Amino acid sequence: MSIYTRRRITNGVVMSLSVAATAFGLLWLVLVLWTLLENGIAAITPALFSQMTPPPGSAGGLLNAIFGSVVMTFIATLVGTPTGILAGTFLAEYSRGSRFGEVVRFINDILLSAPSIIVGLFVYEVMVVRMGHFSAWAGSMALAIIVIPVVVRTTEDMLNLVPNALREAAAALGSPKWKVIIMVSYRAAIQGMVTGVMLAVARIAGETAPLLFTALNNQFWSTNLNAPMANLPVVIFQFAMSPYADWQVLAWGGALLITLTVLCLNIGARALASWSTFKQ
Amino acid sequence: MAADIALQRVAGARGRGGAVGDFLFHHLTFLFALLVLLILGGVIVALVEGALPALRTFGIGFLFSDVWNPVTEKFGALAPIYGTLVTSAIAMLVGIPVAFGVAVFITEICPIWLKRPLATMIELLAAIPSIIYGIWGLFVFAPFVQQYIQPNLIDSLGQIPGFGALFAGPPLGIGVLTAGFILAIMVLPFISSIMRDVFETVPAILKESAYGLGATRSEVVRQIVLPYTRIGVVGGIMLGLGRALGETMAVTFVLGHAHRISISILQPGTTISASLANEFTEAVGDLYLSSLIALGFILFVITFIVLAIAKLMLLRLQRRAGG
Repeated sequence: MSIYTRRRITNGVVMSLSVAATAFGLLWLVLVLWTLLENGIAAITPALFSQMTPPPGSAGGLLNAIFGSVVMTFIATLVGTPTGILAGTFLAEYSRGSRFGEVVRFINDILLSAPSIIVGLFVYEVMVVRMGHFSAWAGSMALAIIVIPVVVRTTEDMLNLVPNALREAAAALGSPKWKVIIMVSYRAAIQGMVTGVMLAVARIAGETAPLLFTALNNQFWSTNLNAPMANLPVVIFQFAMSPYADWQVLAWGGALLITLTVLCLNIGARALASWSTFKQ
Repeated sequence: MAADIALQRVAGARGRGGAVGDFLFHHLTFLFALLVLLILGGVIVALVEGALPALRTFGIGFLFSDVWNPVTEKFGALAPIYGTLVTSAIAMLVGIPVAFGVAVFITEICPIWLKRPLATMIELLAAIPSIIYGIWGLFVFAPFVQQYIQPNLIDSLGQIPGFGALFAGPPLGIGVLTAGFILAIMVLPFISSIMRDVFETVPAILKESAYGLGATRSEVVRQIVLPYTRIGVVGGIMLGLGRALGETMAVTFVLGHAHRISISILQPGTTISASLANEFTEAVGDLYLSSLIALGFILFVITFIVLAIAKLMLLRLQRRAGG
């Protein structure tokens, strides 16, 4: 066999393996989504949205869990977004080339990938132990800590894409730097920043680990933020691990609900980002 | 005259609180940037404080003891640490080659119109929450593994003397191998998207020169792309490893929660994160709780080191590409 044939065969094999790997990766996406639809669709009934989580053996829905998840995600976003945007603004606008900025960026990137269960432990130590009980506030704070690094990162990236000429033009008109940032930089980068917040919401919508030790769970309807609150991920965890068939069906329904929300947010965020003015 | 008016306007802007506004806004953003550091500092302080009773009672032996007995209040971290490392190792063994294949396909082979949708679909794998992988793993994947994969492994690889111990025992479906495999699917998008990004940084002229000399695609990947991006590829792998080490829910569902070290990867085990998820809210007694927090601290230290190395490697590549 000539060297040429051998090289061609090697190339063919390597390239086919690469195609196979891609197909393999996509296969899992399809499989997971398919099973979710198959098992979850039966659970999507009006009762799911109108009744409370049932005791084992009786019918019910996930209303209290859906409510809890929405409330905690909302509070976490409300706290995490301004914090993340301001910190990201500092990194992009005030700390170019500074040592402190580099350290913050580095730490932020580590927080971005740090295990979320550690965040849960932290909030448990700081809030749950001090307050003496689990609460929705603690759950919201744990989620907010996960939101912050995501928003910091995207805000900084998006502000860095704003051309300096815009800032210089505004400064040349005599506007102070804070006005330049708020009225020029933010306006130019707003789409990207919204994308970042959407991705952050998508990230926390399905987070379970940090809620286990903070918001815990609640079988009943509760709007008291100072008490344990039901939430979809923890309910899914509890119901799926249980031996009761009714509970497992509800778990599948909740899983489908979360996944659809997360995927919609993700795809929406990506669509928004691809419109963005300065991205290519 | 016109210039005078312009200057007056500038002065006016300054006068109307420009300097004060700047000072306030600058320091406000600075405070929030500082908050990021404080969160990390707070995490370290809180974990150390919570872990102290356990570390004081068991000393350094905590790391090397595989006893985990809530009744006699004797705790050691070896079994969870072992489980964390083994599941992550399996995840890397399966995940890295697949991620590499995906990255090569997207950057070198795939037609341009397919690039974007394909990359998005692979990244959606990362968007699916970990609890979804958990419930899917428990109800769909584990029974499949139990019925079709594990019996074959036991009958073939399990029969090899010595090495076969890795595949000994009954086919349970859940266990270390299943958990590692699901972890592989979960870290695949993280690794492949970094690999893709760094592959894109290879200057076209280098690749074109190689093609011009008659190199095949696989030769270009091996001899041009890989050497050029080696640091970035390793950085991406480390980032994936950091994710795998700390992943909680998916692993908790399919690992079976057994506090012991078994040689066979078909048997149940536990990881640090799974122990925390399973036991934390039910832990009775200060020493038990403190031991769990100590586990969390160990996990934090391991992932911090891995992620820091990943970040430093990627930064090095970025500097080179920028400079």
